[in-house]
Amino acid sequence: MKYSPWSQDAARLLLATLRDEKGPVLMALQLMQNEFGYVHSECVPLIANFFNISRAEVHGVLTFYHDLRITPPGEHQISLCVAEACQAVGARDLEKKVKAKFPDEATDSYCFGNCALGPAVMVDGVLIGRATLSKIEEARR
Amino acid sequence: MRVFVPGDSAAVSIGANDVAAAITRIDPSLVIVRNGSRGALWLETLVEVETDNGRIAYGPVTAESVQSLFDADFLHGGSHPLALGKTDEIKWLASQERVTFARVGVIDPLSIQDYRQHGGLVGLTAALAQSSDSIINEVTESGLRGRGGAGFPAGIKWKTVAQTTSVQKYICCNADEGDSGTFADRMLIEGDPFTLIEGMTIAAIAVGASQGIVYLRSEYPHAIEILQKAIEIARASDWLGNSVLGSVHAFDIQIRIGAGSYVCGEETAMLESIEGKRGVVRAKPPLPAIEGLFGQPTVINNVLTLSTVPMVLAQGAAAYKARGVGRSLGTQVFQLGGNIARGGIIEKSFGITLRELIETYGGGTLSSRPLRAVQIGGPLGAYFSTEQFETSMDYESLIAAGGMLGHGGVVVFDDTVDLAVQAKFAMEFCALESCGKCTPCRIGSTRGAETIDLIIQGVRVDENKKLLLDLCEVMTDGSLCAMGGLTPMPVKSAMVNFPSDFLGATK
Ligand SMILES: Cc1cc2nc3c(=O)[nH]c(=O)nc-3n(C[C@H](O)[C@H](O)[C@H](O)COP(=O)(O)O)c2cc1C
Ligand code: SF4
Ligand code: FES
Repeated sequence: MKYSPWSQDAARLLLATLRDEKGPVLMALQLMQNEFGYVHSECVPLIANFFNISRAEVHGVLTFYHDLRITPPGEHQISLCVAEACQAVGARDLEKKVKAKFPDEATDSYCFGNCALGPAVMVDGVLIGRATLSKIEEARR
Repeated sequence: MRVFVPGDSAAVSIGANDVAAAITRIDPSLVIVRNGSRGALWLETLVEVETDNGRIAYGPVTAESVQSLFDADFLHGGSHPLALGKTDEIKWLASQERVTFARVGVIDPLSIQDYRQHGGLVGLTAALAQSSDSIINEVTESGLRGRGGAGFPAGIKWKTVAQTTSVQKYICCNADEGDSGTFADRMLIEGDPFTLIEGMTIAAIAVGASQGIVYLRSEYPHAIEILQKAIEIARASDWLGNSVLGSVHAFDIQIRIGAGSYVCGEETAMLESIEGKRGVVRAKPPLPAIEGLFGQPTVINNVLTLSTVPMVLAQGAAAYKARGVGRSLGTQVFQLGGNIARGGIIEKSFGITLRELIETYGGGTLSSRPLRAVQIGGPLGAYFSTEQFETSMDYESLIAAGGMLGHGGVVVFDDTVDLAVQAKFAMEFCALESCGKCTPCRIGSTRGAETIDLIIQGVRVDENKKLLLDLCEVMTDGSLCAMGGLTPMPVKSAMVNFPSDFLGATK
């Protein structure tokens, strides 16, 4: 997936689009991550200043949510569903194989709503049903 | 001529886009409708053609089989090994009672015209002609209960909000659908988003709210996209906005996207999250109906609850409550997943047995191995054994059987499952997702996982089992919300129903 390189100016412009939102902090962090691929360390003071709240509050939100990342993602992102319905069709075995092969790309997720066609895996935002290692390799290309 | 190739993300996950592309490549003149899924996920990609004789289905179709469908003249219902006959006569579908899901898979999800032709907006139009009291009475009278898990009567919640005098009230739709094994909210939003919008609009008119919010999980990018488009279409059609269908009511809807937290499906954590904060559960009272989002009176309902309301208003409370058993009235959208041969959506009146769901509809395990365990109601739900197959699938019977309905997810496991490992996972999941407010949930879950690990390793098994049960009791009694309060349910049901998995090294 392609992201913009980090830029304070670009970040400020994006934050300005949230000026009229109520309760904007989580949205702001999500916006930063969608644009730059992760939440850059400069985002915390930037968001805090912009919305006139404490850094601690922004930091608190940033650390609560599993989706939010503070380091740049790898070239590919492989999210493995490791929840029960996928466990029932071999997600644990698949997880071992994928993590052995792509240790820097694989992360755990809990359900993509594809529980009748598991194991479910999302590769770079694209959902794969009845996933296998070879289907994942194919999707990475 | 219209050809239907589902755009539902489950169908797409196994190649529906490739099927659609292959059809277009061979005949670019065909109009391909990307409908929702009919819910027979084991038949995806289910391709339908509109013929003089009604819609004819083929499935499961792959991109590779498309050429042979053309060769067999599938556009006129030609015979082919994948031919399933008329869609309406496929027994798995025809024997269901589609009420909430009546239009899903049938219509073009983003066509208001299609929506109207299939009974859309009849409920809202009826609501606009009634007083607030009479709408709420109808919903209460129908017996409709919350489909998100707690099963609270929808009409009573609405009444509380209606009785407040606040100028700003909110309708919050809970589309966090975090339970493993559930996908009905996603499929409804992807396949028939206007129904949710209609249900929210009716709720808004009933309680006097002008703003709606859908809290939709980030794991559902396609649902987010479809709902956003549907909202924009509804705005352009004088439905959402300053005057709902020409009435004095103003109502609009905004989507807020989740960020991968399970506990944010709990209604007060969801409110915190919509307010942009950490998803920490609030103590009740105050009830969200009185002090909810940004401190204002707020209706919080699940996607399925809200999406059932238009049907209740259109067909009347009596028609809805004529279905079901006891205090579980109407239909439930069951979701059959995991190790199952024929998984998908099964909407039936409450009272169908677990056996009917799993055997008649599900057709047993996918692996063809013996079925051993079924988890009902998501990660906080109980593990049932095959001895409990006669259980009636309704709120009260499931509680009596030591479980709960939850959001209606039914997850099947074959005989390779180890229930001690599943119990340990339940504790680990709680540790990962706990909001951290109460000690039994935050710390107890980690201790619980460690204790189960010791049992698995065969360390002081009897002593540790007793410790685990004690811990479960503390979690049940000492947790603020059902995250910590119900995590013991999968753990204890696994211990009770599958004792042979908790014998440690001797097993
Ligand atoms: C940990 C936890 C997670 C929950 N997740 C959801 C969810 O994803 N979707 C949902 O509708 N309700 C969920 N609930 C239930 C909500 O708290 C609430 O009861 C429900 O949204 C109310 O709507 P309803 O009355 O229409 O069911 C969850 C509850 C708990 C304790
Ligand atoms: S039980 Fe767990 S999730 Fe619920 S409020 Fe307490 S700590 Fe938070
Ligand atoms: S449990 Fe894996 S997609 Fe739902």
